[in-house]
Amino acid sequence: MTPRFITRSLFFFMTLLLIEQFLNGLQIGLLLFLLAAGLTLVFGIMDLVNLAHGSLYMMGAFFAATLTEWTGSFLLGALLALPATALLGIVVEVIALRNLYTRDHLDHVLATFGLILFFNELARILFGVGGMAIPLPDSLLTHFEVLPGLPYPTYRFLIIVVGLLCAVFLYVLVQKTRLGMLIRAGATNREMVGALGIDIKLLFTLVFGLGAALAALAGLMAAPITTVQIGMGDNILILALVVIVIGGIGSIRGAFIAAVMIGLVDTMGRAFLPNMLGTVLSPADAGTVAEALSSMLIYILMSGVLVLRPAGLFPAPGR
Amino acid sequence: MSSLLRLKSPITTIAGSILLVLLGLVPVFAMLLDDPFMLTLFTRIVIMAIAAVSLNLILGYGGMVSFGHAAYIGVGGYAIGILAHHGITEAWIQWPVALIGSALVALLIGLLSLRTKGIFFIMLTLALAQLVYYLGNGAYAYGGDDGLTILQRTDLGGLLDLNDKETLYYLCWVLLVIVLWLTYRVVNSRFGMVLQGAKSNDRRMATLGFPVFRYRLTAFVISGTICGLAGILTATYTDFISPAMMHWTRSGDLIVMVVLGGMGSLFGPLFGAVTFLMLEEILSSWTEYWKIVFGPILLLVVLFARGGIDGAMVRGAAGYALTGLITLFLIYVVHYLWYDDWIPAAVVLAGAAAAILAIWYRQRREAVAIASAGGDHA
Repeated sequence: MTPRFITRSLFFFMTLLLIEQFLNGLQIGLLLFLLAAGLTLVFGIMDLVNLAHGSLYMMGAFFAATLTEWTGSFLLGALLALPATALLGIVVEVIALRNLYTRDHLDHVLATFGLILFFNELARILFGVGGMAIPLPDSLLTHFEVLPGLPYPTYRFLIIVVGLLCAVFLYVLVQKTRLGMLIRAGATNREMVGALGIDIKLLFTLVFGLGAALAALAGLMAAPITTVQIGMGDNILILALVVIVIGGIGSIRGAFIAAVMIGLVDTMGRAFLPNMLGTVLSPADAGTVAEALSSMLIYILMSGVLVLRPAGLFPAPGR
Repeated sequence: MSSLLRLKSPITTIAGSILLVLLGLVPVFAMLLDDPFMLTLFTRIVIMAIAAVSLNLILGYGGMVSFGHAAYIGVGGYAIGILAHHGITEAWIQWPVALIGSALVALLIGLLSLRTKGIFFIMLTLALAQLVYYLGNGAYAYGGDDGLTILQRTDLGGLLDLNDKETLYYLCWVLLVIVLWLTYRVVNSRFGMVLQGAKSNDRRMATLGFPVFRYRLTAFVISGTICGLAGILTATYTDFISPAMMHWTRSGDLIVMVVLGGMGSLFGPLFGAVTFLMLEEILSSWTEYWKIVFGPILLLVVLFARGGIDGAMVRGAAGYALTGLITLFLIYVVHYLWYDDWIPAAVVLAGAAAAILAIWYRQRREAVAIASAGGDHA
């Protein structure tokens, strides 16, 4: 065992670890992107700050958990939860949020804050305090080798694939279809689109439903890794808001880049900071500090971006 | 100038003063009703009112929607908790450290966030407050996210005994009165005029030669310092600090209080804090799932009762709003007399709903009247 061999193998292991953490970060980033995409669409087009987006994420996860229990199949449960949450989103939009579009952001914050309280309690009444778990089918509990010597959980890899597919789907939808053209036009100038004879109300409702479905997808995919619980949307909502502010409000591309950036920063921080801090602190303390530090890194990143580019990385034209 | 007119509208001032006096009498009520819990609840209400008043200074008069005000409550509280943890309980050390600490944090946050506007300002204050929140989470020496119990309360050098509940309550109440008076003085000074002018049109103020940024920053720091005072009191009366006191939903609560009561009105945040926390108390004693009622109430207030309680009073719906408040207060007393009865709570709910509907109806009628008069008011 020459020193050279040791450094080489150490380097090899470090690379594997780095790739694994990169995949983890990508996976978290893509989940965040799904949540942020709906948020940024709603924000960009209707100019609505929707804090209740996190509640749709939570309700989607609860729907999926319940439907999985009823049908006995995760796939079926997930597929049914998406339209259910989209429908819920549409109902919320029609009943409450539609009347808020012309108000200022403060009113949005307040009203949707009220919705968060409502949905958290609703979930507590409907699904119980303890939360739920979504058991994965055996076929997804396996690992497979992404690279030789690097096994990775199949399910986490699936999240990455689905997230990337959704990103492509959204890109095609927004850039290549008629609906996407209306969405982009709406983000630039709402009144003009309405004046050209487009049913703006219907467009808004559809976009809101789409956003709700994307939030549900994020929620139900995250659920098997964590658990489904009350308030699971509250903290991730703030992260999603950070994403859309960094990316530039209304920009799907910006949301994608910012989400992956934040996913990577967070994961890398959590993965490597404990070891670095472990040299000066006891392991338990290092864990606490590292977790807080890596959470702080995200907000430092955001503050930095906003101070340098006050409208985010990719501000939508016309704002 | 609308906020100035509001300040001088007698009905709000009268209602606010009555409420303030009633709050001052709470220990007497508590003694008469033999209900020690009432004092605990109202200590919390008065402290949160101080925080809401501080937020109103920048939100209501300055137009700065700070979504991170809970951070200063945290800084003030942690200063007390950390010093007490190290055995320093003298007020003349604790309080200045806590206040200066909050001021410095507010200065930093203000320096960064006041460069942006609108939703970006909201997000940046939120993000920077989250930084402080996670700082508390990571402070492993002081309990991390479990928090830290304060073993010995602040020592005011024999002047006051803060272990006595009533003394603590009166201290909080007197501080609330002082803070309200300070706000009144600040708002009506030249400084306050510039602040309000910048709210309605900052470019105009800048053209007139006022360094708007510096004015706003000063207001931001004053507001943060006062909020830090609320943090000191919170830590003192709960004997406990934890990151939970600066969670972002706490900042949301503060905004709710200010808007519910009426932005840019001296007594607005006081009405808001009292209503918010009493509703919380009453609804939560009625049902474990009180937020399922409170959430929609909030939504209704935003949708239909613009200008909050204060706005309703000024618009002439004073009767409804005042009746609502007084009903709340009375019912609360009744409610404690028949402790586990659901009827009072149901009456409160019906009353609150009726008040909101009444306010809404009046506004509708006003809107219709304005529209038929030619609509040039809009």
